[in-house]
Amino acid sequence: MARVRLLFAKMGRSKYLSHLDLMRTFQRVFIRAGVPLHHTEGFNPHPYLSFALPLSVGVESVTELLDAELSCSEDLSALPMRLNQQMPEGIRVLEAYEPATKFAALAWVAVEGYLDYDAGVPAESLTALSSLFASKELVITKKTKKGMAEVNIIPAIGDISFEDTGDGRVLLRAVIAAQNPSLNPEHLITAIKTHRPDLTPDFAAFKRLAVYDGAKAVFH
Amino acid sequence: MNRQLERILKTVQKPARYTGGEYGAIMKDKERVQTRVALCFPDTYEIGMSNLGMRILYAVANKMDGVWCERVFAPWGDMEEAMEKAGLPLFALESGDPVGSFDIIAFSLGYELAYTNVLNMLRLAGLPLRRADRPGLSPLVIAGGTCCYNPEPMADFIDLFIIGEGETVNGEVIEAYGRAKKDGLTKQAFLALAAKIPGVYVPSLYDVAYGGDGTISAITPCGGAPLPVVKRIVENLDDAYFPAETIVPSTEIVHDRVVLELFRGCIRGCRFCQAGYVYRPVRARAPDKLTKMGIEGLEKSGYEEITLSSLSTSDYKELETLCDGLLSWCEPRKASLSLPSLRADNFSMELMRKAQKVRKSGLTFAPEAGSQRLRDAINKNVTEEALLQTCRIAFAGGWNSVKLYFMLGLPTETDADVVAIAELAHKVLGIWKQHAANKSRGVRLTVSTSCFVPKAHTPFQWAGQVTMAEYERRVALLRDAMRARAIVYNWHDAKTSLIEAVLARGDRRIGAVLAHVVQNGGRLDAWEEYFSFERWQKAFEATGLDPAFYANRERLYGEVLPWHVTSAGVGEAFLYGEYEKALRAELSPDCRTACTACGASSLTGGRCDG
Repeated sequence: MARVRLLFAKMGRSKYLSHLDLMRTFQRVFIRAGVPLHHTEGFNPHPYLSFALPLSVGVESVTELLDAELSCSEDLSALPMRLNQQMPEGIRVLEAYEPATKFAALAWVAVEGYLDYDAGVPAESLTALSSLFASKELVITKKTKKGMAEVNIIPAIGDISFEDTGDGRVLLRAVIAAQNPSLNPEHLITAIKTHRPDLTPDFAAFKRLAVYDGAKAVFH
Repeated sequence: MNRQLERILKTVQKPARYTGGEYGAIMKDKERVQTRVALCFPDTYEIGMSNLGMRILYAVANKMDGVWCERVFAPWGDMEEAMEKAGLPLFALESGDPVGSFDIIAFSLGYELAYTNVLNMLRLAGLPLRRADRPGLSPLVIAGGTCCYNPEPMADFIDLFIIGEGETVNGEVIEAYGRAKKDGLTKQAFLALAAKIPGVYVPSLYDVAYGGDGTISAITPCGGAPLPVVKRIVENLDDAYFPAETIVPSTEIVHDRVVLELFRGCIRGCRFCQAGYVYRPVRARAPDKLTKMGIEGLEKSGYEEITLSSLSTSDYKELETLCDGLLSWCEPRKASLSLPSLRADNFSMELMRKAQKVRKSGLTFAPEAGSQRLRDAINKNVTEEALLQTCRIAFAGGWNSVKLYFMLGLPTETDADVVAIAELAHKVLGIWKQHAANKSRGVRLTVSTSCFVPKAHTPFQWAGQVTMAEYERRVALLRDAMRARAIVYNWHDAKTSLIEAVLARGDRRIGAVLAHVVQNGGRLDAWEEYFSFERWQKAFEATGLDPAFYANRERLYGEVLPWHVTSAGVGEAFLYGEYEKALRAELSPDCRTACTACGASSLTGGRCDG
């Protein structure tokens, strides 16, 4: 048995794969690559695969983490290439290494998002958006396990900035809470919709750029 | 990815069905191919990707130089609505290009209720439904699959049908199309050439005339087109392509596993079963080849399950050898082997023990009829004792879930036959009480009935379907006779069975009904949430056609039947002889016991079950 951590990207068409789809996909990729996974004992044996922070459908990422248990040790430097030869479009393993940390230490996620304004970026929107997210309190209604709840999302935003890309889009960059509780980047749009409906974009798409620990150092 | 599509995908359920990009999907440079084929399955991605035929034909077409074959599935309602709102036409998964821009649009017709999806997909592609309204060579709309043995209800819409197994004919048609495109032929000139390819039916080359009673008076081929078009088959299945390197869907589909086809055809001759007649003669693969194929399929796909598929898997002569070979690979790798379509009579304990080594599932049997008399009439050679014996072994071995499938409305069925289903179910319960290994876990017995749909090219092709009211009366009769709490009774809806019966034995006039249904919002008719009987009724009224004429009418021997344009190799006199034997509840032997000279072996130079 050997535990391995994979750093992988999930881009393009593959961003529509759900968490379960991804689980299934990786199981099959390991089999196709001839890298046997260790199976749990019991009535319905299944391999051990653990994803760090489940990614929402439709969000791209260059910083996903997955821990797997292999049934024997493998040459980790060759592993990314072996797995990548078996991948569906858009998923690329960037690194494979022995993990020295626990996923529980993950605290922040850096994201970027493109906000589309079909009629052009509204005047003064960059300042307006920046000041909106500089508020002490920004309450949105979000779905929780117990139904709809009012939540102040400011504590879950570590950093946020806006930039006009000049082609009818605003580039948003943010560092947001990774867990306990996490902030879905879509909630940033919900906040705009709630408090500045005039600045609601026609469409927004997000990408995860990096994951950090509590000290905002890159998590490895 | 196209920004417009990206916006849509954010709003629909299970967007991964519409994106492509799976492992094994074939990408080519569209500037460097001559013929682009859109292989369309007229149902959702989950259903279409579970179809072995799609996988074979996709791979075979893509092996051709200069040909790029892509996949297209029917969008679910939410996606269709979003696409229409955005003005986005139906597109192919690999390139994302609109289907209307392809050279050949090929549909797989596996079940009649998908016909409206074919028309709806043409509509979503922005194409005229009727072939007469598509004068150009491109796009050419073709169809193949089991339903094409009666192509007539779709004859107004499809330019060319492929009758029989597509592995070789498809290539010949695509090649001929490529030449015609290069030579700048008209559609008409190409179709006249294509009609000379054995197994190709070009409906525009046949005139159909009707008599005063509504039946067909004559079918007249023009320009030397053959009548009937005899089906094409793969003579030696060992030479047939097996898609070991296949697309592995990233998102969940219905049958997500390696499917190993052991043989084509069936030795049994159940008189209701269209597949049992149209796939003749029996052609099997060698066990060592199959073992190799199965292992290769598992290794190359990464699937953890393999299923053995054929019309009657347990009739495969070397099933034990094959299972042993596969299990010795599967067990250490935690992969599972499943055996569907087992018959009650030769289901051995040994085989069950082997199959459950890795994972254990419920038992499923299809006695089809409750009484021995009716089982004899339909030539379903299963005895009650054999079924009960199997259950005895299974219950003693720890199984506690059994599903039994029956049909109501079979020719010659009486109320006594209906009640016999309940009696059989109660006997199975009694067996459980006597032999259960662990009674505290209880037992679950599911009885399901469907309404019998007579199909073309079977001995029952002349028979009338029972009316909906009569089917419902028989359902009520059975329900009242079967009140035990351990029995769950499910019955299939009578309305969809009526429509299926109309389409299965319809003629060309039914095309107007299909067009009317689709123009009034009909699609996804195989799905309860979309099927609307009222919409079909309105279409029958608007076109002046009577569903009872097609579904419930008993035909006389000698009537010109719409599907006389095709031949599956089995003689009509033979089929009628089987029908007469059914009326006398007389059995016919299976093909292994004695050849009944059905005629199908003429397609393989006399070889059958070799």
